Amino acid sequence: MEVKTLKKEESKTGTTIRISGAEAVIHCLLAEGIDTVYGYPGGAIMPIYDELYKFRDELHHVLTRHEQGATHAAQGYARVSGKVGVAMATSGPGATNLITGIADAQIDSTPMVCITGQVARHLLGSDAFQETDIVGISTPVTKWNYQITEASEIPEIMAKAFYIAKSGRPGPVLIDITKNAQFEEFDFEYQKCTAIRSYTAKPTVETSKIEEAAKLINNAKKPMIVWGQGIILGKAEAELKAFVEKAGIPAAWTILGASALPSTHPLNVGMVGMHGNYAPNLLTNECDVLIALGMRFDDRVTGDLSTYAKQAKVLHFEIDPAEINKNVHADVPVLGDVKESLQQLLPLVNENKHEAWHNEFKAKYQIEFDKVIKNDIHPEKEGLTMGEVIEQINIASNREAVIVSDVGQHQMIACRYAKFNTTKSNITSGGLGTMGFALPAAIGAKMGAPDREVVAVVGDGGYQMTIQELGTIFQSQVPVKIVVLNNEFLGMVRQWQQLFFDKRYASTEMTNPNFVAIAEGYHIQAKKVTKREDLEAAVHEMIASPDAYFLEVCVEKEDNVFPMIPTGASVSDIRLS
Amino acid sequence: MEENKTFTISVYSENNVGLLNRISGIFLKRHINIESLNVSKSEIDNVSKFTIVVHTTEEWTRKIVGQIEKQIEVIKAYYHTDDETIFLENALFKIASNLLFDERQIQNIIKENHSDIVTVSPQFFVISKSGRREEIENMYEQLKPYGIMQFVRSGRISVSKSEMQISNLLKEFQL
Repeated sequence: MEVKTLKKEESKTGTTIRISGAEAVIHCLLAEGIDTVYGYPGGAIMPIYDELYKFRDELHHVLTRHEQGATHAAQGYARVSGKVGVAMATSGPGATNLITGIADAQIDSTPMVCITGQVARHLLGSDAFQETDIVGISTPVTKWNYQITEASEIPEIMAKAFYIAKSGRPGPVLIDITKNAQFEEFDFEYQKCTAIRSYTAKPTVETSKIEEAAKLINNAKKPMIVWGQGIILGKAEAELKAFVEKAGIPAAWTILGASALPSTHPLNVGMVGMHGNYAPNLLTNECDVLIALGMRFDDRVTGDLSTYAKQAKVLHFEIDPAEINKNVHADVPVLGDVKESLQQLLPLVNENKHEAWHNEFKAKYQIEFDKVIKNDIHPEKEGLTMGEVIEQINIASNREAVIVSDVGQHQMIACRYAKFNTTKSNITSGGLGTMGFALPAAIGAKMGAPDREVVAVVGDGGYQMTIQELGTIFQSQVPVKIVVLNNEFLGMVRQWQQLFFDKRYASTEMTNPNFVAIAEGYHIQAKKVTKREDLEAAVHEMIASPDAYFLEVCVEKEDNVFPMIPTGASVSDIRLS
Repeated sequence: MEENKTFTISVYSENNVGLLNRISGIFLKRHINIESLNVSKSEIDNVSKFTIVVHTTEEWTRKIVGQIEKQIEVIKAYYHTDDETIFLENALFKIASNLLFDERQIQNIIKENHSDIVTVSPQFFVISKSGRREEIENMYEQLKPYGIMQFVRSGRISVSKSEMQISNLLKEFQL
């Protein structure tokens, strides 16, 4: 049935099609260009699943093993593809299981639409079986949410949901649909949403602010750029590169900004933040102009705000007005889409090299290399390090892999040492720090970018939080590569216990199962590496595999991640050991 | 440390069931107490107006207004100090009817406070008083010794002295 291209005008002339609310949901998804949805069926969403069955050739539904996995998979899909991820669940527990992923998408600005089934309208508020107030529960962690109680609302609300999820600063939207609305028949017509009167997706760029910013940049002696995920979400990678190169400004990135500029770019000076690089953290407090591009001054980036970049004029390029002056005062706030802003800025900035200033970054990099990086990537001790595993992945994948990391020590190591040639290659849970994110997110990432190599890098703790998604990998035959860096500890918490709690290792030691046997139980090829001499071959074998592959690497149990800015300390107080 | 002051936040929004929850959550998350809250229609058709009074720093108020304005169904939000607004509250006092005849002073209190008797029944009568918080508090203290059967005070309602450019925003959208 060709409803996909149905126009409102046509429907008024008599081509309106009378369909059920459930079928309408499918047509809305198809009209929005959705090809894959992740979810888990249940009573209150059965009419929609019945339609998914009928439309299975047009819309691929991936059955995850838990609803949380569906959200993370949708996030992984969205983050690599730039499209909206879709997750579905039934009412009650199905819906509440989505919450972690929704909160993750909210804080990391990931476009996602979640569709939940709900008990029939006449049962609302009666404590019916699997009834829960998911709209109330999800309100603080959604960009928008809505409960549909009659079928005729579906087209308009679904159109709004997709528009809100992907426009402006993206985020998650939850649409709860009562069962009666799924069954009801109505005259379907679909029109994409392009504007909402109470919502400004993109503030207009003010030319005067661009001019002010350009003036400060041109007069700066020690300018520094910190870019964030806004560059990737705003598709402004080329503009960032052009700006960095023309103005000759050292550029650092937040964890979610990684890969927007190739790792090997000479002006890429590394990651800022708690476990970021030494030079950009220290020099944040020495630069004279700090140019923040699509980032939000998270506390893990700034450390103590009262000592953060106080000497610098701060230029804040930002799409979300609520972020301006939220954490760091902006001397020049440049509201608007960062791509448009950079396009306007570029002709106004002077060509420059800032060589002496850049040499300060190089000198500090050398210090970090000698004291930290060398030992992480080329260790001389017996035990394997997480860093050398990441380096082997870099080599085996020619720096072209999408690295999906979980949360903890391995995440920091992965983000520090993974090398990226291509944008949208670093998928991780940044703001929420959701353990269990990586495995399902990697499934979505591989489906969103099937031509790319996708490697999930997970700790032994986080892996076991969503380990059941191995079932999804097996059933859906998703060729993701899984690397578990096993130190038999919840490593990051253990590190803090060592540094700040006198080595009282409260509940951080893990007695782990036979991971290889578990993977093999799901018919996934699996290998365990305990010695350095076996690492390179194993990583190459994993990357070369056309199918899913599980690699467990037993790493040093009590290694720590450095550099480190202790919580509440200044970026100037970054520690190398 | 910036001092706490009273701010009136005015929020123009679409009339949506979930929005009150969304807005109150913004205060909850930051442990900021809502002193009073009033929701009504506004001067524009189909646009609701929230009037929220908070006692906090201007910086927090500014950030909260930013977060409120970020909500999809919020058209525009503003904040004002007391000096920048005309505001009042309404109160109702329910008092036993016999007191009106037995205690002559009550009639004087009603007159002196420029309040109205809105209804009288054999059992009770109801006084309505509009005014600033302290005027209502003052009247409450005056009536208290005689026995108040019920008392209720509304949230603040206010209009700003300066213009809130809301109609223009909506016109722009229609163009």
